[in-house]
Amino acid sequence: MSDAIPLDLDFATGDRARSVTTERRPVRIALILIAVAFLTLFLLLPLFAVFLEAVRAGFGSYWSAISEPDAIAAMKLTLMVAAIAVPANLIFGLAASWAIAKFEFPGKSVLNTLIDLPFSVSPVISGLVYVLLFGLQGYFGPYLQSHGIQIIFAVPGIVLATIFVTFPFVARELVPLMQEQGTQDEEAALSLGASGLKTFFLVTLPNVKWALLYGVILCNARAMGEFGAVSVVSGHIRGKTNTMPLQVEILYNEYNFAAAFAVASLLALLALVTLVIKVALEWRFTDQIAASRRH
Amino acid sequence: MAGGHGLALKRPSAIPGFGLALGFTLTYLSLIVLIPLAALMFKTASLGFSGFWEIVTAPRTLAALRVSFVISFIAASINVVFGVIVAWVLIRYRFPGRRLLDAFVDLPFALPTAVAGIALTAIYARNGWLGALLDPFGIKIAYTPWGIGVALVFIGLPFVVRTVQPVLEDFEREIEEAAASLGASRRQTVFRVMLPALMPAILTGFALAFARAVGEYGSVIFIAGNIPFVSEIAPLLIVIRLEEFNYAQATAIAAAMLMIAFTVIFLINLIQAWQRRRFAP
Amino acid sequence: MDARVLIEGNDPVALPDGGPLPHWDKTVDVSVETVVKTFGTTPALHGVSLDIAAGELVALLGPSGSGKTTLLRILAGLDVPTSGRVLFDGEDALKLTVPERNVGLVFQSYALFRHMTVLENIGFGLHVRPWSRRPRRRDIRRRALELLDLVQLSGLEKRYPSQLSGGQRQRVAFARALAIEPRVLLLDEPFGALDAKVRRELRRWLREIHDKTGHTTVFVTHDQEEALELADRVVVMSEGRIEQVGTPDEIYDRPNSPFVFSFIGESSGLPVRVEGGGVWLDERPLDLAAGDTPDGPATLFFRPHDVEIGHESAGAIPVVVQGLRRHGGARRLDLEISGRRDRIEIDLPAGDWLNVSGRISVRPRRYRLFPASG
Repeated sequence: MSDAIPLDLDFATGDRARSVTTERRPVRIALILIAVAFLTLFLLLPLFAVFLEAVRAGFGSYWSAISEPDAIAAMKLTLMVAAIAVPANLIFGLAASWAIAKFEFPGKSVLNTLIDLPFSVSPVISGLVYVLLFGLQGYFGPYLQSHGIQIIFAVPGIVLATIFVTFPFVARELVPLMQEQGTQDEEAALSLGASGLKTFFLVTLPNVKWALLYGVILCNARAMGEFGAVSVVSGHIRGKTNTMPLQVEILYNEYNFAAAFAVASLLALLALVTLVIKVALEWRFTDQIAASRRH
Repeated sequence: MAGGHGLALKRPSAIPGFGLALGFTLTYLSLIVLIPLAALMFKTASLGFSGFWEIVTAPRTLAALRVSFVISFIAASINVVFGVIVAWVLIRYRFPGRRLLDAFVDLPFALPTAVAGIALTAIYARNGWLGALLDPFGIKIAYTPWGIGVALVFIGLPFVVRTVQPVLEDFEREIEEAAASLGASRRQTVFRVMLPALMPAILTGFALAFARAVGEYGSVIFIAGNIPFVSEIAPLLIVIRLEEFNYAQATAIAAAMLMIAFTVIFLINLIQAWQRRRFAP
Repeated sequence: MDARVLIEGNDPVALPDGGPLPHWDKTVDVSVETVVKTFGTTPALHGVSLDIAAGELVALLGPSGSGKTTLLRILAGLDVPTSGRVLFDGEDALKLTVPERNVGLVFQSYALFRHMTVLENIGFGLHVRPWSRRPRRRDIRRRALELLDLVQLSGLEKRYPSQLSGGQRQRVAFARALAIEPRVLLLDEPFGALDAKVRRELRRWLREIHDKTGHTTVFVTHDQEEALELADRVVVMSEGRIEQVGTPDEIYDRPNSPFVFSFIGESSGLPVRVEGGGVWLDERPLDLAAGDTPDGPATLFFRPHDVEIGHESAGAIPVVVQGLRRHGGARRLDLEISGRRDRIEIDLPAGDWLNVSGRISVRPRRYRLFPASG
């Protein structure tokens, strides 16, 4: 719908004969001002603050803050965790959407609901459940300890917690879209003699590629930025189990604000890049990811 | 079609890979989500009801739960008001910068919560841009429950906007024209016809924002001040108990949080299902 | 001619009867005077003028893009004309906002309020009146129930629109429009979203209601059958202009333009030449009178059922039978004019068809000649 009312347009005949599907001009202006003020106050200002605080002490200290060994180690760990968690959830998303969208089976709606479950669990609880399983006093703690395996306060715990909180991202983009697309394309390909794998890679995947990318982008942003869940299982060992968001916290709590905001600015940059890609995908491929935007 | 295949797991289909796909899905779901959550329930059950009750009704726990749920409720309500205005403005009006604003609505989804937390703190602290403005009036935001509210409004905003936006976009102009032709003023059309029709979407947005706010940790702990009984949220109390290696208490609080949150969401879903049954096109 | 009189008349305080349901004494006549409407640079109406008598049932008929919906929306106040006037009972209606104009509007999509019951939908227009002339709750309810009875939906007052069939929704929308005692009733493709059987039923029903209530009614349709069957007068529109206004008989039997001839009913058009009062098909004179059609190229229009098969003679049109098919109660012949590519269609009684094939001659019993344009 492109028939929204331009702000500066008013009918020459004046207010008496104005369009009945919009508000009076003063009301329009007031509402726009409220919305802009609200978004500026709550969204733009914080973002702006991050970058400003980051460079406040000068670019020299900014550079040293993001190039010191602990910061580098945090970046490496963050990238590594995302490099495991995102592909894992991507494969899961494909499998789940294939099963849910292409087949009818009992319990399908329950499965659909369960996939979204991690979204309604507090990040802190997402970390906690792994501590209960793998922590020293956890159900598998003694077994793991006797075999010299450490999950909690180590990288595997961070990876697990990250997978948990980013679990639904890809699946929930793909499931509605693939359900909408139905099974006709696949049946056509199979009837033409394509194997199941070829059908999947040559027909199904191209049909959902933009929705897939959309899900991956959002999944990645959350994976790199997750704080609560990771915080619970990390143990905060500098240079070893600190991801970038945890590094921000540590620096901040040490009153090293400039360094904290410097690392934070990198994460904010990641957020901006994510938004740009996301918006670009939405503008160019609205129809191909539309299913997900309907919630 | 289903007749005659009553016991089959799925309807017969020419498409291959059902077993593999569903098998992998269920295994992965169980390992990552279901078994860990089951561990939480198991642990809770092992406390016994009285043990659980004792922890949950301890004054500090109750205070933390109250802070979390009450402020989340307020924040989600604020998001309903401003979220609807933002969605309305973004869908209905054309003005310079509209698409940019629209894109920025998703910032809270993309910005790591810790970054949001320290940024909001920097702005609302006494020496921050807004904090300094408010300080002369004796208004303190950072390190008070107000600060929690600010953080929760921030992270909840996109939920309301993004659920209301598509419904408003698809709203038939003819409905508004019909109301006007029947003699309704614009205000009557908006408040008696349009907003009630948007209610299911608004409620969904509220539920999502509320659920997210209750569990939120990263953005809150920096700005909250974290004073027990005043500005200590339930997730933080869980972390504190964990750091004390008090798994039992951490688990009980977590279970209580989940139960209350799920109940609230369930109730809202009920209201919605009821509404949808009646108003579905 | 002063619009203020009308607005004051709208004021309930000034209403003489003071009853619970103030309403206009009578339904109004409507005149449209040289109304022009352009959207941006796209013209939608080029100076349309039309007079509608009080109590009349008028159809605006035309293909999509003919401007009929734009004209209806201008009458309703939803669109404002670029120039021209709209008068209700001689008073300027353009000075009134949509809520003030008091027209009953029924949309093709019905535009019912989904979150309100049938009764609440019908009563809405009374509920939103300014406090001073809002009827009491009980009166609104009574009035809504009366209207529900009028549209034959008694007993469904507690339903929601989603629980009604298409035809029922249509009737609720109609009752809702009637509730405000409209001065004019405007219907936009009122049966457009219904299936053929329900359409026919509702058509008869609408005619009955109109005869009972007597509202000046204008409805837009692209369905000529609907327009011809239902309306007192039909306004045929094309490309933002009124092509012809007349009773259904006038429109069907005496189309005054090639457009109306080809748009209304079935017809064939054949390029011919008029010369000295005679009609020529290529070099062959036809046994038809040119009347006052000027000399030069022209188009010969006739309807399939107004053609007879004749013996080959000098004055008939020589044709080759291309095909023959069943067409309702008749047989439809596809014919190609001998020596030309033009095709025409004629209808024969169903029994007559077996012996028709090859080269034959046909002659229109009734026809119209229009000078070729340009």
